Amino acid sequence: MAGTVDPTVVNLVVFVLAVFVGYHVIWNVTPALHTPLMSVTNAISSVIIVGAILAAGPAESDFGSILGIIAVGLASVNVAGGFLVTQRMLEMFRKKAPKGEAK
Amino acid sequence: MSANQLTLWYLAASVLFILALKGLSSPVTARRGNLFGMAGMAIAIVFTLALIARGNTGPVVLAMLAGGAIGAFVARRVEMTQMPELVAAMHSLVGMAAVLIAIAAINNPGAFGVPDPLPAGNKLELFVGTFVGAITFSGSVIAFGKLAGLGSRFRVFSSAPIVFPGQHWLNLAIGVVMIGFGVAFFLSPGEAWVPFILMTGLAFMLGFLIIIPIGGADMPVVISMLNSYSGWAAAGIGFSLNNAMLIIAGSLVGSSGAILSYIMCKAMNRSFASVILGGFGAGEGAAATGGAGQKTVKSGSAEDASFLLQNAASVVIVPGYGLAVARAQHAVKEMTDMLVEQGIGVRFAIHPVAGRMPGHMNVLLAEAEVPYEQVFEMEDINGEMGTTDVVLVLGANDVVNPLAYEKGSPIYGMPIIDVHKARTVLVNKRSMAAGYAGLDNPLFYMERTMMVFGDAKKVVEDILKALH
Repeated sequence: MAGTVDPTVVNLVVFVLAVFVGYHVIWNVTPALHTPLMSVTNAISSVIIVGAILAAGPAESDFGSILGIIAVGLASVNVAGGFLVTQRMLEMFRKKAPKGEAK
Repeated sequence: MSANQLTLWYLAASVLFILALKGLSSPVTARRGNLFGMAGMAIAIVFTLALIARGNTGPVVLAMLAGGAIGAFVARRVEMTQMPELVAAMHSLVGMAAVLIAIAAINNPGAFGVPDPLPAGNKLELFVGTFVGAITFSGSVIAFGKLAGLGSRFRVFSSAPIVFPGQHWLNLAIGVVMIGFGVAFFLSPGEAWVPFILMTGLAFMLGFLIIIPIGGADMPVVISMLNSYSGWAAAGIGFSLNNAMLIIAGSLVGSSGAILSYIMCKAMNRSFASVILGGFGAGEGAAATGGAGQKTVKSGSAEDASFLLQNAASVVIVPGYGLAVARAQHAVKEMTDMLVEQGIGVRFAIHPVAGRMPGHMNVLLAEAEVPYEQVFEMEDINGEMGTTDVVLVLGANDVVNPLAYEKGSPIYGMPIIDVHKARTVLVNKRSMAAGYAGLDNPLFYMERTMMVFGDAKKVVEDILKALH
């Protein structure tokens, strides 16, 4: 039992642990915030933009880097849109100052 | 910067993503959590950009600015009633991005620091990531159309389920052939474009076909499921690029969507399979029970309703999809303030599947500045229904249908808000049409029930006028 560990096995370890963390964290989310949860997870899953940037990276442009640039554009819509709309919603859940008081 | 350093930065980003989700356990910590999420994303993007500094940075930054500007614009402009379709649209983008990245990875694995030609293990993960991404894309496009109400122009977007004979067998066959091509791609040496393209094409088709038979009110499950898929697609891409951060972020999102789907299914007392197979409310078994014609309904005006509300000590408002459609949340807030001023206790009761996505009603009420202390989840308020003077149901139907307690009814066992136990029930609906489940609702025929027909916003405004 010697030798290097296959990257796929390492990936699997990370994956299983991350699913566990996700499971426990998500059950603690209050139901009132389920819509912001969806929009923020949307933004987080668009971290796939990292892959898109790498695909677009090589200096000599080819078919792959063009697809990469398109993917960067698509994922960017989500990154900005997801986090900002979440922020906007969460602002609404902020405790409101009693009526009549200056803001 | 070494690969090790980069990976450590990615680790920091992953931790920040976990903190972002953890923050959502309470409205107080949620905003800080969201900032953590943004910071994580910024770290991930900046250090990845640094990696390609000597390459194609110009066009990449331009694409980011363009996409970011569109995203920011939409985030600012979107109405809270349109959140479900916005989320569906965003899922489709993640799915499409995953497919494009996968194609680029086959084309030039070297760009990702993955061995060229791709090792078999990476190819397996790539094909899983691709077909999940493709299904997410086309499924989300259909979900978007249904949620945005495009059904009147394009029949595929109809919010009524589209069913045809042999549907499930067709989907199963497509699924099997799709996986077959995926395996062929995995087993064949080199780039193997043909099986890959065929697999991707079939996956797009499958995403389309599995969402069309699912009706409007099952959308909370569908949208959570697609949320989950978009996460798994990201994780799949992370596997094939050996990127731990993508795997972690994708898994967090994947499990989040899966848990939400589970919660939504449970709130409808239906199995996940029955929702996904679709056709609910369109089937032959869904005919209304009993002769509705013989039963009489008491209907009243907004003035009558306001009289009843004014004479109550405690009022519970049950909002549903009808409130969202009519955009009545602000009018409801004004009415609530008026009642509270007159010394009447007002609370809101939210069913988990009210609306078209998880938490939809909570966001609408928050937008209208209803304090969240006034808003209760179903199980927290159900026990007090019997001592409530007046319940006002605004555009909800199936979630308050007492048939759920009757053995043999199609919704038997579904948890409902027990409004039928209240002393007086006011129900606002546009007409006597059956709800999504296609069932008649005995609540409407009760002695203590008064129907107030009309658009939710109009009715609430009229009540408000009468309260003055």
